[in-house]
Order: sequence, then structure tokens, then C-alpha cells
Amino acid sequence: MRKGAASLDVQNVRQTFGATLAVDDVTLRVEPGEIVCLLGHSGCGKTSLLRMVAGLERPDSGRVLIDGREVVGPDRFTPPEQRGVGMMFQDYALFPHLTIFENVTFGLSKLPANKARIVAEAQLARVGLLRYAKDYPHMLSGGEQQRVALARAMAPHPGVLLMDEPFSNLDQRMRERIREETTALLRDNGATAVVVTHDPEEAMQIADRIALMRAGKIVQMGTAEDLYERPQSLFAARFFCDFNEIDANAHDGRIATPLGEFEAPSEVPDGPVTVCVRPHGISLEPVDASAPPPPLTGVLKSRRYLGEDDLRHVVVQGLDAPLRVRGSARFRTEVGEPVSLRIDARQVLVFSRKTV
Amino acid sequence: MSSGQDKAKAGIFGEGGDRRWLIASSCVALLVLAPLVSLILIAGRGSGDLWPHILAYVLPQALRDTAILLLGVGVVVVTLGAGLAWLVTAYEFPGRRIFDWALLLPLATPTYIVAYAYLDLMHPIGPVQTGLRALLGLTDPRALWFPDVRTMTGCILLLSFVLYPYVYLSTRAMFLMQAGSLLEAARTLGASRTRVFFRVALPLARPAIAVGASLALMEALNDIGASEFLGVQTLSVSIYSTWINRSNLPGAAQIALAMLAVVVALVLLERWARRRQRYVSQAQRARRAAPLQLTGWRAGLAIAIVSTPIFIGFILPAGHVAHEAFKRVRFAGFSPQIGQEILNTIAIASVATVVAMALGFLVASAARLSRAPMGGALLRVSSLGYAAPGTVLAIGLMTPLFALDNIIADSAERFFGISLGLLISGSGAALVYAYVARFLAISAGGVESGLAKLSPSLDQAARVLGQSAGGAMRRVQLPLIRPALGGAALLVFVDCMKELPATLLLRPLNFETLATHLYGEAARGTYEDGAVAATCIVLVGLVPVMMLARLSRRRAFAWDKSVEGVDPMARDLLLVEPAGAPDKPRGKA
Repeated sequence: MRKGAASLDVQNVRQTFGATLAVDDVTLRVEPGEIVCLLGHSGCGKTSLLRMVAGLERPDSGRVLIDGREVVGPDRFTPPEQRGVGMMFQDYALFPHLTIFENVTFGLSKLPANKARIVAEAQLARVGLLRYAKDYPHMLSGGEQQRVALARAMAPHPGVLLMDEPFSNLDQRMRERIREETTALLRDNGATAVVVTHDPEEAMQIADRIALMRAGKIVQMGTAEDLYERPQSLFAARFFCDFNEIDANAHDGRIATPLGEFEAPSEVPDGPVTVCVRPHGISLEPVDASAPPPPLTGVLKSRRYLGEDDLRHVVVQGLDAPLRVRGSARFRTEVGEPVSLRIDARQVLVFSRKTV
Repeated sequence: MSSGQDKAKAGIFGEGGDRRWLIASSCVALLVLAPLVSLILIAGRGSGDLWPHILAYVLPQALRDTAILLLGVGVVVVTLGAGLAWLVTAYEFPGRRIFDWALLLPLATPTYIVAYAYLDLMHPIGPVQTGLRALLGLTDPRALWFPDVRTMTGCILLLSFVLYPYVYLSTRAMFLMQAGSLLEAARTLGASRTRVFFRVALPLARPAIAVGASLALMEALNDIGASEFLGVQTLSVSIYSTWINRSNLPGAAQIALAMLAVVVALVLLERWARRRQRYVSQAQRARRAAPLQLTGWRAGLAIAIVSTPIFIGFILPAGHVAHEAFKRVRFAGFSPQIGQEILNTIAIASVATVVAMALGFLVASAARLSRAPMGGALLRVSSLGYAAPGTVLAIGLMTPLFALDNIIADSAERFFGISLGLLISGSGAALVYAYVARFLAISAGGVESGLAKLSPSLDQAARVLGQSAGGAMRRVQLPLIRPALGGAALLVFVDCMKELPATLLLRPLNFETLATHLYGEAARGTYEDGAVAATCIVLVGLVPVMMLARLSRRRAFAWDKSVEGVDPMARDLLLVEPAGAPDKPRGKA
């Protein structure tokens, strides 16, 4: 148990379950006070990585250092209770036979009783649940249980707080608010936190940096903006945005598509490519019959009103699937009418299909 | 029983059918309750001068012995059962998977057989002491001090080593269900493995331990052979001797009433624990915590610890009787008497099984079909017999059945001029009655758990497609729950074959089953002659143990693989033994 946030180093960690490689040579550094999200689809190894940091599982090779102190190495394995980490479980894992107060003091057994009481009460007050101290977990709502789990994990002031899908058991409406509260609380405590999630929006909302994982590897790490604006792979791009994808060929740095010609970025070699156009990067205009014909036109196939946005499907000659276009409608077009399209080149990404 | 709402529903499904099921179910419940009610009547009718005698000489001794025995057995079975369950759950060592089910083997040894085997084994001229003396070079049997099994301590230990599996089974199921994340959470909060066990795993398993312990104690209370052979004067033994030796039925009934009070306490404990269990194991879903791999001497120690109870509770006694039986058969051949006893045992157990299954099906179906809460209540009442010790049931049955016998005999004489003799008690019908009353919980519980897995919309679909309630039962539910029925029938059959106390009291004259034969031999001190019967009983007793082992292994496996809700699994695991007593009305849409 230590005061203050610790750093976390994961070095070349690898873990196999039978024949499958769950975590494949992962290296990651989390600075003190930083919140990092491990993001990926289920089965990508993010939870395994978290559990190895906690000491609940053992890597086949590699090292883990907490605050520069090795907790797992070739010939060292510190059991979880001696690592000074806190963990929040997806199902909260509140002890059903203990009261809320006893749950929170469970990790404070090294403190004298009166001190533990003060710490626990402070934590409960912080999450606004002090009045439930004498209740049992099953008497609380899901959101309240989530906050108790957070208070319990934070009470011993762990150097690193590990959270496994901490918001996935909450319903949609509540999730947003509790996510904000939790992040604020983490910042308040200056805690180092590693949060596992499969929800990109959630990751962008809470993380300083996001580690995007796939098949046991970190495929890209950076800020939310890095990952959203500059994804380095089609996988990363798809994870954050529901692109319109068009397969084409790059030739001499130019790519001809039914949507017009695009410039290939310098790192993309000639050959087969996927052109990704964000649904927000396309704007529609009414076709003015008297003016000269616009360079790119399509026919409006359907239109869904989604509140702040509209989602429209536009059929463009030469494309297999209708284009998805999002944005607020500045004019009214009936289904079946022609529209003119304009594409913002900054909202277009190109990936070589050779490397994917 | 039919509120306005029920009437509205009855408009679709027909009220008459509903009522018929409930009436039939009530009759079954009455049949189960009758012996208990008659017990109270007999005891109350008993001459006043008996009561002081019993109060002064029999009861204090019997109550004290029973209390000490139950307390001792309780402490030992809980320690053994819960400790072993944790050992095979939290640790991994060579052979653990085999030990996991082998620890259930002692369930195959009835209490009276374990006592019988050890009396023979530990006899001054038995194999153990003879071997020891040979080892130490002693010739005089008195030169070697050896602890006597015929003591309270001996009785407690022997009963505990065959009854601990009840606690083991329920606690192990609970440990398997405990969300791994709870134990892991405790670890990340700084608790060592030991602290995790005492602060988290054990308190959470407390209800399961209580369920297992109450079942083990009911068995201990029911036991008649072991206590008697080992010289412990329990309530069960007192009832038997008061009736057999003194022909004092009211006196026996009065002791039985005292015993019933103990039973009620145990049932209340069990019910309370089951309610708690449901709450503690509320749908936690998570993977299991990874067990710790033991190596070297630690693994050796773990193996030694888990082998000991299997050895003491099963291998040694079962091996001994099997060995003796083998010697006996080789020396004297297979006596025709044993053949007749096997036939008797199978015949009476089969009849009882068929009746118990039919009535169990009726009661469980009524509970499902009727929307009134009464159906569930009747099911619970009908299942009460599992807690009533055999001696108590038998004493309660005797008087009304004898009375009925006399009425039948008289009227047969008067109206038809024929002499029927004692129709019910003479034909073994009384014994079948006792078996059914005692084991109805297993059959009804089996049917109920089978039905509970079927969606109520299946019934409803059948009804909408034009079937009556009974028709839907016959054409839809019955085929679907056939495996559950088979399992329950097998359990009832085996339990009937093993039953001793009620059989001793209610069997027709000169009618011997394997169990009573063994009892007779042991009472005469001619142990070797009973070995063949004992071996047969143990072999039959192995069948449900194998079923349980398969079931619990499948459950453990399923748990590894899936994240399904937890409660039904505990229910099923615990339901297989007499715990079948259902405590939650099911099958209500």
C-alpha cells in the first residue's frame, strides 16, 4: 500500500492459453497519474493483460514493474495482495455477506480500526454513499454498487487502479453520468488507472491515452485524437468510425474511384487500396437544373431522422453499396430525387490493402 | 384457493381439472402426514404411568446421547466436508479430478455397514489388532492397548466418515459457484489465501454448509444399526427397544415425539440455510478463480489428506466386507437364503419405487398445473417425510394400519365369510407405505426439477392446441422429463434397498431383506455371515454415488465453460439426495 500514483511498466509480456496466444509481446508504459484505456473487441487480450498486472494470472514471459519495482519477472512473482494495485471487476465482486462499510474496509486490514473507519467513511462520502454504509450490496442499485466497488478499490490508495469494463453493467442512460463522475474522481485522486473497455466512445471520453489491441497485440497507442484522426491501419480506422469503404487501385500516387480522383498519401504504395470516406465528410446539395451539371451526383435512396443528425443513403453510379451520409440537412430532398455530392478531402483516409 | 384472478384463468383452462389435481395432491399429503398425526394421538393416549418411567429413565439418557452424537458428528462432518471441498477447489494437485468424485464414495456405505465392518476389523482377534500384535511380537491379546470402537467417540467418528459427503457436496457446489472475482477482489485488496478462505469463501458457503450438515445430522438421527452396535443409546435405538423388547407402543411413540422435535429443529435449520443460500449466490457471473498448483511435498500432503476419508469411509469397510463375502462364498457357496433375501429386497423396493414415482409425479404436476399457491404447499408437505426418521414413521404407522387391518379382516369375515388375516401389515404394504412416505421427497423433487426446466409456454402451447391439462402432461412434459424421472426412480430404489430402521419394525413376519439380515447377523455377533448381504448393499449403494459424481463433474465442467445463472445448479446438485424437499413453488407463469 503506497500513497500517491505509481508508474506502470509492462515489458514484452506474453501469455498463451493452450494453443492460443492471448497476449503477444505487449509493451506499455503508463505514467503516474495517467489514465490509459485498453480498447479492443472481446478476446483481444485486454482483460488478460489487466489480470496479469493485478497478479491474478501469470505471464509466460516478460516483466511487469510497478513504480519501477519488478512484480513479475523471469524469476519473480509477487502475489496480488502484495502488489499495491486496486482492481474493479466487471461484476463489481462486492462481498454479499459484508455490509457496504465492511466491503470498503476489507482492504484496510493493515490500518488500526479507527483509522480504517475514517478512510472508509471518507471514500464512501466521496462517492455519495455514506448513508448506505450499513446496508448490504444487494440492497443497492447497479449504479450504487458500481460506486461502492470504486470506493472499495480506491480506499487502500493503490498505486495503480485497474478497471475491467467498469461501466458495462450499467444501463445506457446512467453510464454517461457515472463515467463522468468516475473520471472526475480518478483525476481528483491523481490515480494511475488502466481501464479495459470495448467501447471506443468510452475510451475517448475517459482516457489520456488509448491502447488499441487486436489479437493480443497493441496495434496503436496514442491520444483519442491520434487514433480518430490518424489511424494507422484500416482496423484502427474502422474501430472509431463507420466509414464508407471503397476498394480501388493506386497508380502513380493517384486513385480513381466512382467518387472522383483522390491523392494517395506518400506512405501508401501503388496497388490495391481501400479509400475510407467519413459519413460526415460528405455534403449534399440540391441539383439545380438550370446550372451546369455538378461533377458528382447521386440519387437519394432513404433518409432517417436521428435528432441532431440525419442519416441519408445515396446511390452513386459505380458503387456497389449506397453511400452513408451524415450531417444536418440544410435543405429538403425527397427520396428518389438527384443530389449533388461534395467530398471533403480531409475526411478521406487511404489504406493499402497490401499491408492489412 | 380460487381467487377472482384464478377464476378468470380457469375460464380458459377449466376449473374442474385444476381442482381434481389439487384434491389428488391433498390425498398424498394426507398420507404422508397420517403417521405423524397418529404418533401424536398414540403418545397422548399412552397410560399415564408410563410417561414418568420414560421421562426418568429412558429419555434423559437417550436425549443426552443423541445430543452428544449429533454435536460430535456435526463438528466433524463440517470440518471434514468444508475443508476437503476447499482443498479440491482452491488447489490443483495430481489426481485432484479423481479425488473430487471419489470423496463421495463413503455415501455408498450405509452407517450400519461401516459400524459392522469396523467392529469386525477392530475386534481383538480381528485383522487389525492381530496384525499389529504380530508386528510388535505380542501374543497376549490383552498386552496391546487399542482404542475401543464401541464408544461414543468411535460412533461419532465412524458416522462422520460416511456422512461428511453431504457437507462436501453442498459446499463444493457452493465453492464452484462463488464468483472467482470475489476471491480475486479479496486478493487485490491485500488478503492472503488463508484470509480469503476465512473471510470470504467460508462465510459465503455457510448456508451450503448448514444444508449439508442438517442432511448429515438427519441421517445420523435416523441411524439405528451403527449406534446400537457401538453401544450408543440414541433416541432411534430407544424407540426400537421400547417397542421390540417391552412391546410398549405408547412409550415408543412418546420417545418418537421427542425425536420429532429434534427433526423439526433440523428441518428449520435446513430451510433457513436454503433461503440464505439463494440470497448469497444471487446471479454472480464470472469465471472461476484459478486454483493454485501444488508441487512436491505439498502435493503429497494434499493427496494424503484427501485419501484418508475415502480410505476410512469406503475402501477399508467396503473392501473388508467384500473380502469376507468372497471368503464366505468360496467356503460355503452362495446360500439360497441370500438369494431369497435379494429377491425380497428387490421386490419390495420396486413396488415402493413405482408407487413413490407415481405419487411424486402427481404431487409435482399438481403444483405446476394449479395456479393456486396451495399446489406448492402440498408439494412441500408431501416431501416432509424425508426428515422423519424411519423409526418415527414406523411407530406412527403401526397403530392405524393394525386398526385398518382389523376392520378389513372383520368386514371380510362378516360380509364374505373369508378370512384375510392381516392384509396390510402381513403383505408388506405397511413397509411400502413407509418407504413411499420417507422417499417421496426424492421422486417429487426429481419430477419438480425436471419440470422446472421446461418453459411454462410449452404447457400453454399444448393447451391452446387442444390438450387437457392431463393430456399436455402426458404428451409434452412426460416425454421431456423422462431422464429426470429415471434418475429419481433409481435413487428411490437404492434408498429403499438400504433402508433399515423402518424395515426392521414394519416387515412381515419371517420376511428378511438384505439390510435386516445383516442387522440380525450383527446382533448375534456372527459378522462373517452378513458380509455377502453387506457387499450387495454397498454395490447397490455405489449406483447413486456414480450418478452424483457424473452430475457434479458435468456441472463443474459446464461452469468452466459458461456464464449461466447459478442458482438452479446448486438446486440440482443438492436435490439429488433427500434434500429434494422443494422450497419454492415453481412452474407458475
